[in-house]
Amino acid sequence: MSATPTPESTSAEPGGRVERSVTESTGIVPTATDLIASGVEGSVRDQARGYLQRVRNGDMGALPAIAGFVVLFVLFSLLSPYFLTERNFANLLTQAATLVTLGMALTFVILLGEIDLSAGVTAGVTMAIFVVLADPGTFALPWPLALAAALLAGVAIGTFIGFFVSRVGIPSFVVTLGLFLGFQGLQLIIIGDGGLYRIQIPEILAIQNGTMPVWAGWVLLGLVLVVSLLSSLLDRRRRARAGVPNRTIALMWIRLAAIAVVGGIIVAVLSVNRGGAFAAIEGVPIVVPFVLAILFLGTFVLDRTKYGRWLYAIGGNAEAARRSGIKVVNIRWIAFVICSTLAVMAGLFSASKVGSVDAAFGRDIVLSGVAAAVVGGVSLFGGRGRLAHAAVGALVISVITNGLGLLNLPGGVNYLVTGGVLILAATVDAVSRLRAGGSLMRT
Amino acid sequence: MAEPTPGTPLVELIDVHKGFGPVSVLKGVSLTVYPGKVTALVGDNGAGKSTLIKGLAGVQPYDSGQVLVDGRRVDLHGPREAAALGIEVVYQDLALCDNLDIVQNMFLGREETSWGTFDEGRMEREASETLRSLSVRTVKSVRQKVSSLSGGQRQTVAIARSVLKKARLVILDEPTAALGVAQTEQVLALVRRLAEQGVGVLLISHNLADVFAVADDIAVLYLGQMVAQIPAADTDRDDVVAYITGSKSPEGEAA
Repeated sequence: MSATPTPESTSAEPGGRVERSVTESTGIVPTATDLIASGVEGSVRDQARGYLQRVRNGDMGALPAIAGFVVLFVLFSLLSPYFLTERNFANLLTQAATLVTLGMALTFVILLGEIDLSAGVTAGVTMAIFVVLADPGTFALPWPLALAAALLAGVAIGTFIGFFVSRVGIPSFVVTLGLFLGFQGLQLIIIGDGGLYRIQIPEILAIQNGTMPVWAGWVLLGLVLVVSLLSSLLDRRRRARAGVPNRTIALMWIRLAAIAVVGGIIVAVLSVNRGGAFAAIEGVPIVVPFVLAILFLGTFVLDRTKYGRWLYAIGGNAEAARRSGIKVVNIRWIAFVICSTLAVMAGLFSASKVGSVDAAFGRDIVLSGVAAAVVGGVSLFGGRGRLAHAAVGALVISVITNGLGLLNLPGGVNYLVTGGVLILAATVDAVSRLRAGGSLMRT
Repeated sequence: MAEPTPGTPLVELIDVHKGFGPVSVLKGVSLTVYPGKVTALVGDNGAGKSTLIKGLAGVQPYDSGQVLVDGRRVDLHGPREAAALGIEVVYQDLALCDNLDIVQNMFLGREETSWGTFDEGRMEREASETLRSLSVRTVKSVRQKVSSLSGGQRQTVAIARSVLKKARLVILDEPTAALGVAQTEQVLALVRRLAEQGVGVLLISHNLADVFAVADDIAVLYLGQMVAQIPAADTDRDDVVAYITGSKSPEGEAA
């Protein structure tokens, strides 16, 4: 940006006003030259240049995380003969599912500049409730009922946190740290000392261990493409109707082609039989459409509804949001409810993967979830980041865990590398914030 | 076009009081703002300027007294009520979100939707048209993040935001306090343009040069009392300074 704007001529200039009333009365849609540019003009090359410019100015989004993912992927492929196998690829996806979901859950509160340290134990406690209610030896409730109870408990926990953070005004760090400690005790009480509940519900186990038929994977990809295409076309039609320019349509096709190619490769790899000689295992893991659904729905809320916009606004400048008439208390409150409820889903995916729930279930995972969001480019300062960023960040952390595990390195290395990546990512965030004209301090 | 007819005030405050506990900040203030005119509100720190505008904005309702809009008595209990009456405030610490772009900021809290989702095209168009109607030329793209704007541009966006929804009274709190010379010039021109469009402008400023450059009327608060409301043409700097510092006493209630 040029730092020295040219002073406006002070001569009376009612031109704009007249123009406006003319267009209103005659209904003639003026050409784009009447409007201030919106950055969508120009060819693919102009758009690419604009994008590069934004990246250079510090608006990097998930780029560092994607780069990190690619580097790690290539690195582990070279280092371990097991890494680049169909089986491990599927394994990586199911391992990541929990973290992706938890990262997305946390993104809702991190966008506010808040934190939920209790998301992991929320998953733990609610899954403890779930297994105890569903277990044939105890309450033996039908599993959908038990799951509904677990989800309700998640909503209740989020409501509780939201009340204390948003209404009472206690820092979320303190409230959720309290719950982090307290819920470990609650979980211990529910499960019983040293207890462990095996999950024997086929439907629940299938989420992470079952696969969809091969054709369903392709249908899923087709669905993703159709939804993307339709939403793009709808956007374009709305913009055209309002008389503002659209991005060149080539960009839309490029984007769809990219999704088709990457998604096609993933589905193709997962469609290969990765089982042994006795039982064929092929197809996309059942958990994938669940995670995608959460991603799409959450992104829709954040990008296209008032709730999402206001969430970003509060994360950027809560006072400005308040003065705009936004009910800041309620928006904050709901964010914690969303976070806790999605944490239950993360817990469900984890329980399905592990096949059992014990008293320590979910205790360690929350910081990995925060790390996932931050590594992906969601700013801990609030106001910047997307669900997809958290998902990419979760993939990076999962690939570290997965790859180092295959290398038979001591477990400690995993934590060291993950921690290093987190600090690196946080530094990238802080530096990009500086370059974007902000300050390092939270405002 | 609603040509301002002098004599029918847009907003009239009559004998408003406001106190915080034992401290009485506004002690019976009366003020008149006309459409199409810039009324400057001046006074030293602690005179009650901020309290006065917060009451008008509905952020901190007055304890007693009357607020008349178009001669009709209204109750201002919240920002939304004030906004519904066409009263908009541009605060000193610009109430903009750095992480959102210009369009998003201008429509914050009143986004246009259809089927529950944003109608971005319509918002973009309206934002663009409003900026154009104020002859704003310094903004490169309406989809720029506010964090990338200069101080003057931010002030411009904040003011444009206030008139987006056909505001009738725009209250500007120290709009030029943090700006350089060229940018101040730019914002003052914008203030004049607002008034030319028939909007009533209430300008709070410490800078008497600015005040005399744009104001039609000057109202002076001194320790919670309105000591003068006089046409800018009938007074001068020394006079106003004397009122502000209290060395000149009110000769009868506001002229």
